[in-house]
This record gives sequence, structure tokens and C-alpha cells, in this order.
Amino acid sequence: MIEVTDLSKRYGDKLAVDHLSFRVEPGRVTGFLGPNGAGKSTTMRLVLGLDHPATGTATIGGRRYADLAEPLSMVGALLEAKAMHPGRSAQQHLWYLAQTQGLPRSRVDAVLALVGLTGVAHKRTGGYSLGMSQRVGVAAAMLGDPRVLLLDEPVNGLDPEGIQWVRNLMKQLAAEGRTVFVSSHLMSEMAVTADHLVVIGAGKLIADCSTQEFIERNSERSVLVRSPDAARLASLLTGDGGTVRPVAVNGDQPSPLRVTGLDAPRIGELAARAGLVLHELTPQLASLEEAFLERTSGSVEYQAPEPVTAAPEGASR
Amino acid sequence: MTTITQAPRARFGQLLLAEWTKLRSVRSTIWSLIAFVVVSVGLTSLITWLIAENWNQANAADRAATVADPVATILGTGLYFGQLVICVLGVLAISAEYSTGTIRASLLAVPRRLPMLAAKGVVLALLVLVVGELVALGSFFAGAALLDEHAPVALSDPGVARAVTGAGLYLAVLGLFSMAVGALLRHTAGAVAAIMGIVFVLPIIANFLPGSWGQHVYNYLPSVSGAMLAQARQAADQVLSPWQGFGVCCAWTALLLTAAFILLKKRDA
Repeated sequence: MIEVTDLSKRYGDKLAVDHLSFRVEPGRVTGFLGPNGAGKSTTMRLVLGLDHPATGTATIGGRRYADLAEPLSMVGALLEAKAMHPGRSAQQHLWYLAQTQGLPRSRVDAVLALVGLTGVAHKRTGGYSLGMSQRVGVAAAMLGDPRVLLLDEPVNGLDPEGIQWVRNLMKQLAAEGRTVFVSSHLMSEMAVTADHLVVIGAGKLIADCSTQEFIERNSERSVLVRSPDAARLASLLTGDGGTVRPVAVNGDQPSPLRVTGLDAPRIGELAARAGLVLHELTPQLASLEEAFLERTSGSVEYQAPEPVTAAPEGASR
Repeated sequence: MTTITQAPRARFGQLLLAEWTKLRSVRSTIWSLIAFVVVSVGLTSLITWLIAENWNQANAADRAATVADPVATILGTGLYFGQLVICVLGVLAISAEYSTGTIRASLLAVPRRLPMLAAKGVVLALLVLVVGELVALGSFFAGAALLDEHAPVALSDPGVARAVTGAGLYLAVLGLFSMAVGALLRHTAGAVAAIMGIVFVLPIIANFLPGSWGQHVYNYLPSVSGAMLAQARQAADQVLSPWQGFGVCCAWTALLLTAAFILLKKRDA
């Protein structure tokens, strides 16, 4: 179990992690979600004792990482994929790590087989693809058969098959009763992998709940409407208790409206009664992606200017 | 979660094995050592041969110094350049961990941090000591054979065996000194530049300092003092004996290693 209490980290005058508290329980996959720059990696580095916190503590099974006697047998971690000497083979990289813990060479062979790198184990990692490096990182994390796993963006650079493999591995490890804590900036990825979510933005905790609950709590159902007479339609719908927001578009076609508070049949009826032409009437299913954007929109570190696109905003997948 | 039993401290042996695996599994180590052997023995042979060839044109003071302590002259030729390779090897042993990101894997495995750098230092120093002793011995025999006509010297002469073994000892300490600089700066190019400045540039500048204090500054520089152990006896213009000089070099190294240990513990990795 991972327990983070009042954890903060300051870089210069910027608070990268801002008094964060949460627990990661065993037996399930906990997704650690946030936009880029939200402080996910920093939090993981603090939990792993690589960085020193400004305030607070992080413990794993009740101990600070630095106090673990044989850390790799307790905690497995995957940080950035390319964190290995390009001149060393995967086998050598894993072997020196195993030696620090007094683990036998059979463990190295076992994790190489687990990640499917047995055939290239003696090749220098400098020639590996990002996906292969990522697999070496997973192998290193699994070396000591740990009870707790921290994986920072493990599907980065993997092909669809590799992504499927990592998902299944995480689920399997959680099913075995291990603690699995996995970060991602991709909602869609977490929606299919995580049972529980810890969501942060700008270093602050935004949500700590089940994935299902997060979607339900954070999504409002909306309807996308397109009409050449958008202004009249908008006032009509507002009069009937709806909330109308224009969706930015490119070009001169009618601007679509996002309507909440009214369902599609009701909107259709109102438009028909007023004799308004509709070009589009699409119920929008809220996705985790939307819920996520909704909750973190105020905290995005590197925000691009408002997107201008003709595609319906946040179309469900 | 089950209680974690504190492992016995016999673990340092495991760390030594791990650091040995790290050191021997990168090509830069092999190439550095090959370069070290070639540069040291090759330049010792070349330079002592030139000294012997030009013996009659050399000034009297130089000739007198060579005759007084031939082993110092021999070990001061090729190994003076060879030590550069040891500096690079020492820096790379730690700076490459930072440049490649391996340091994070290493510190996750050894979160107390200091045992990792200590084990690395022990393995590096032992490797440089063994290779350094062999190269010092080879350089000595090559140089002694070439100088034999003008400045005969044998391993059994007073102080000579100590000077030859002393060259290896100095190189081992220089390797540690370089590793400490690498650990402090955490950047290969910066650390190599710094160590070049300390080993090669500072002595040249200090040489220009006037008077007795200038002489003291020069003699107390890390590389100048350490190399004194590779002489059979204290020269007339030196203020330290060979062992005193080596002690000064060790003190500098201990100082830098202490700083490196403190910062390794304190800094974010």
C-alpha cells in the first residue's frame, strides 16, 4: 500500500506538487491521472525517494522507500524508458540490478522471458526501439517480484499489441493482490485499465475515487445541435431551461451549439414547433476523456490556444 | 503487508559485484584501459628514447636530475599523459550514470545512496590500481632499458620499487579524485574539463608563482603532490617527501569524496 500525506515539492518558485494526500490500495489498478506537467512523475519520484519533498511524507507498506532493506523485492518502478546505458545489454542492465539485491541470475532470465526480450537480451540497449526499452523497464520493475508497482506512462511507445500486453499484465498483477499504481495523461487508457483513479492538476488533488464514479460524477450529458438559425434556436432552448454554449468552428457553416439540460427529443420538438431547420441533432455520450478535460481544464500547465475545429468537440469514443 | 526484516550488512559485497558488472559491461572502460596502456608505455618509450638520443645536447641541470633519480624521469614521461585517461575513466564511472539516466535505476536499487558510490569507488580504485601497477612496471622496464647507457637504474635500487608501486597507487587515488569531480558536477564534459584544469593547467599556472609560497602552492596541488610518490627521493626544489606528497593528494581526494557523498545524499537524483 502506498500512502502519500501532505506531499509537496517546489522547483524554484513553482509548486510542482501541492500538499498532495492519497492512498493506493492493493488488489486493484490505481490510475494516476493528470495533464502533462501536473506533477505525476514528480510525485512518483518523491514516493521512490529520488527527490526530496518540501513537505509531507510518502510511505510504501508503512516505510519510506529509502528505509527499505531490499527495495526491489518490495517495490518495482518504471520511470522513463530510456534510463539505461545504451552500451549495456538488457541482460547486463538487469544483472547488475539483481546483484545489488542478491537475486539469482534465474530472476534475470525469468523477467526477460516475461517481457519477451530473451532473444535480444545480449544486444546493446542503444539499438532498442522505445517499445523494447519500455519492456526492459518493465522487466527491471518485475525483477524482485515486488508487491508494489509504480509505472510512469508504461504504454508510451508501445505498439497496440504491447499496450494490450501491459494492460493485461497490470490487471493480472492487481488480481494477485499487488498494489499497482500507474500514471497516464490519457483518459481513454485509464478508462480500460484502472479500477480506481487519483486525478491531479497543477500538483493538486482533483479526485480520488473509482473510475466509474469519476465518469458519472463529472460528466453531464449534452446534445450537439446545428442549425442555420442558431441565434433563435439558442434563445428558444434557453427559454425552456436549457444551457447553450456555442462550439467554436472553422469556416462559414452554421456554428454548432452544445446544449445541456434538455434531451434530444425535446430539442427536436421545440425546433419543429418554432419551424426551425436543424442540420444536426446528436446526443453526446460523456467519455472519461471529457470528464478529465472538464476537471483539469483550469490546471493545464501548457495550454494551447482554444482549438478551432469543425469536428464536434469531445466526440465520444 | 508482512514485516520487512533488515538485511544483514554483508550486502556491500553484492554492491561491489554490481559495480564490477557495470564497469566491465561498457565499452568505454575497455577502450580507456587500452588507451591508457598504449599511451603510457608508448610515450614512456618514445620520450626516454629521445632523452637518451639527445643526451649530449641537454642542459647539465636536466641531466643531473635524471641521473639523481632516473625512475622519477621515466615515470614522469608516458604516465604523465596516461593519467589523463584515468581521469576520464574516473569521471565516466559516475557521470555516464547521470547522462544516461542509469543513476535512477541504481539509486532505486540502493536508496541509501552512499553505499552505491562507495562500492563504485572501491571497484574503480582496485581496477586502476591493478592496471596502473602493471603499466608502471612495464613503463619502468622500457624506460630503464632505453636510459641504461646514461642513467642506469634497477628495481632493487633504494626507493625505486616504492616509486614504481607508488605510481600505481597515485593513479588509483587520481581515479577516485576524478570520480568525485564527476559525482559533484554530474556532467561528463564539465567534469572532464574541470579535472584537466586541475591536473594539467593549475600546475603550469602555479609554476609561475614567485618565491617560497609559490613553490608551496605548486607542491600542494593534488596531481603534483600525488605524483611525488612515483619518485625514488624528494627533489631539491620540493617541499614535501614522496609519502607526504601522496598524503596531501589523498587529503584532497578525501575532501572531494566527502563533498560528493554529502551532495549525493542531499540532491534530487
